[in-house]
Amino acid sequence: MASSIRVRATSNGDITEVQALIQHPMDTGLVKDSKGELIPAHFIQELKFECNGKDVFVANWGTAVSKDPYVKFSFKGAKKGDELKISWTDNKGGSDTTTAKIA
Amino acid sequence: MTTTTGPHPTRRLILQGAASVALLGLGNLPFGAAPARAAANDKYPEEAFRQKSEADAIKVLYGKTAEPSDKVKLDAPEIAENGGVVPISVTTTLDKVTSISFFVAENPFALAASYKIPDGTIPAVANRLKMARTTKLVAIVEADGKLYSATKEVKVTVGGCGG
Repeated sequence: MASSIRVRATSNGDITEVQALIQHPMDTGLVKDSKGELIPAHFIQELKFECNGKDVFVANWGTAVSKDPYVKFSFKGAKKGDELKISWTDNKGGSDTTTAKIA
Repeated sequence: MTTTTGPHPTRRLILQGAASVALLGLGNLPFGAAPARAAANDKYPEEAFRQKSEADAIKVLYGKTAEPSDKVKLDAPEIAENGGVVPISVTTTLDKVTSISFFVAENPFALAASYKIPDGTIPAVANRLKMARTTKLVAIVEADGKLYSATKEVKVTVGGCGG
C-alpha cells in the first residue's frame, strides 16, 4: 500500500518549509453511520517530524482535526538533501512512517 | 552461564538493580522540576483533550491562564461554508516559543490540536480543523514560560449557501 503520508519539504538555504498531507478518517466517535450506529473514534494522536536525529515538530491531535489532515510548518538547521522522517500513531494503535528528502 | 557465575548471581543482580534504580531516578528529575509544563512533555495530553470548555482545556494542558496579545496572529476565515474543513493558521513574533495550541470553544471537546515547537522551528503553524457550529476560536502560544492568546469568531454555515 502506498504510504498514507504525502510530504513536501523545500529549503531556501536557511529555512525548510514542510507541508504534509495524511490520509486518515479522523473519526470523532460522535457521528452516526447510515444505519444509525455510532462510528467509533479513530484519529491520529501524535505526528512527529524528525530531521538529523532531532525532533523538529511534534503535533498532538484530537478529534477536531479535519479528515485527511494537513499541516504546514518551517524550521531552520537543515539543508537540501537532508532526510526528514515523518511518523504518526493513532488511538487504535495504528501507525505509519515515511521519509522525505529536503529539496 | 553455569560454573563461573555460580557463587555471585545474587551480588550481580543486586548491582544491576541498583544501577537501573539510579538511572530511573535521573530520568525522572526533569519532569519533577517542571510539573506545570505539561505541553512540553512528550506524553500525549489525553486529559486535556477530554475537557469540554476551552478554559478547562487550557488549565489542564498548561496549568495557567493566558493573556491576550497582539503579537499572536490568528488567521481564520470569517465565514466557513464547511465546518468540517476550516483552514486555520497562527504566526507570532514572540521569542522562545515552545508550543502552539488551538481551541474551538463550541466543539464537544475544546482542544483541537497542540504543537510542540522545538528550538530552531519557526513559530508558525497552518492546519485544518473541524467546527461543530459558529464558534469562538482561541490560539495559545507558549513563549518563555508564559501564555499568550488570540481569539477570533468563525461563522459556520453547515449545509448553507454561503450566506
